Amino acid sequence: MSMPFYVAPEQMMKDRADFARKGIARGRSLVAVVCPTGILICAENPSNTLHKVSEIYDRIGFAGVGKFNEFDQLRIAGIRHADLKGFAYSREDVEARSLANAYAQMLGQIFTHEMKPMEVEILVAEVGRDREGDELYHILYDGTVVDERRFVVLGGEAETISGRVAEGYDSELTVPAAIRLAVAALAGPDRMLRGDDLEVALLERDAARRAFRRLEGSEVDAALDR
Amino acid sequence: MLPFFSPDRDPGPDFAVLARNAGLLAAAPAGPVDHLGVTHATTVVAFRIAGGVVMAGDRRATAGHLISHRDMEKVYPADRYSGVAIAGAAGPAMEMVRLFQLQLEHYEKVEGRSLSLEGKANQLAGMVRGHLPMAMQGLAVVPLFAGYDLARAQGRLFQYDVTGGRYEETNYAATGSGSIFASTVVKLGYREDLSADDAVDLALSALFQAADEDSATGGPDPVRGIYPIVATIDASGFTRVDDAHVAARFEAMLPTLSAATGAPAPSVGKGIR
Repeated sequence: MSMPFYVAPEQMMKDRADFARKGIARGRSLVAVVCPTGILICAENPSNTLHKVSEIYDRIGFAGVGKFNEFDQLRIAGIRHADLKGFAYSREDVEARSLANAYAQMLGQIFTHEMKPMEVEILVAEVGRDREGDELYHILYDGTVVDERRFVVLGGEAETISGRVAEGYDSELTVPAAIRLAVAALAGPDRMLRGDDLEVALLERDAARRAFRRLEGSEVDAALDR
Repeated sequence: MLPFFSPDRDPGPDFAVLARNAGLLAAAPAGPVDHLGVTHATTVVAFRIAGGVVMAGDRRATAGHLISHRDMEKVYPADRYSGVAIAGAAGPAMEMVRLFQLQLEHYEKVEGRSLSLEGKANQLAGMVRGHLPMAMQGLAVVPLFAGYDLARAQGRLFQYDVTGGRYEETNYAATGSGSIFASTVVKLGYREDLSADDAVDLALSALFQAADEDSATGGPDPVRGIYPIVATIDASGFTRVDDAHVAARFEAMLPTLSAATGAPAPSVGKGIR
């Protein structure tokens, strides 16, 4: 019987992280921006049917980048988690924070114990009744949770895109202005993105119950003035 | 912990399976529970109008000969384009509504699109069928389901029996202890072209007559300001008719109702002389 080669834990973690990052970098990025009307989530996604952004619960939205089947599995698990919790307790007891923790546990567990880590980065966003109530949790492939305030960028080119969003960000952005900012940041200086290339959704602050609303391509194009 | 499943055990968009696995659904009692003073809810009606449906229910809940609640709600939105109204054992009925509402929402979120109206009606039939062991111990629940069918652009309504039998009705349906009286009133007053206000009036008079004959059905209660719940479902979705509007329609109906009994019109509220 042959002895397995010894691999230092540092090396193993690094290899796994590199693998996950490479997978994530192959997909397109997405941006979420907090504005007075709510939280706008804008993803570069040429498909009309395979969603990157979706509804989890009354005031909670989900977005993912990377490998579709993996983040979609996480999305459905999140809906199940939220609906079960709301059914067992009450609707107001369903919170983004606890969901983000559950995701982090899951991703951390998979990162260290499974054959391969998940090649995804996800966002759990909860829109509050006021700005102080907004929560944005950016969760990485290894279970790291980052709590963001004004905006968040997910995906391979996150740093570059973040820089572009930070330059144009203003806390009083209207929804069309937020769309323009997000789209310009995703596109960069050399590309043009249209409504068809994008998936845009809004978590509306003033919604009575279900705050998640998808914006149609035409609405996005109107905001982009085309 | 996150509910994660291997592909062969995945429950798909079915919330009831998840809830059952999580131990959140009650099992049927081992024996009859009639003697425990179970709260019952009674009369609800639904009928089709041009471009949609109207649903209405009285507000009384009884336990044996006692009135246990005067302002119970028996008409609920099931989702944006449909509603469910309940009669029978109140506790299990409200639980069934809660599960049904969540079942529809869960499906919509997981699948990214709503069930068809037919699919929703079948889901409810399955739930009533699954409830049969409870019904056999004296906890029967018999709902009405109505909604606006986006594909056909018309209102549709469904009646059930205790075994989960699902019967689509063309014009009107009623369930609960006063349903025989309520459905007769609707039957006699029904026209396909009822205006919105006429539809509210018809629903109110159906429930009034049911309350007049059946002790388990509550009539309008001007003393406490409690009136039947009336809702319309059409292309714009489920809308509950404002309580004040229902009260005003009822007051306007009083002279007619009194005249039918041969008594002088009572003076209730400000609008009546």
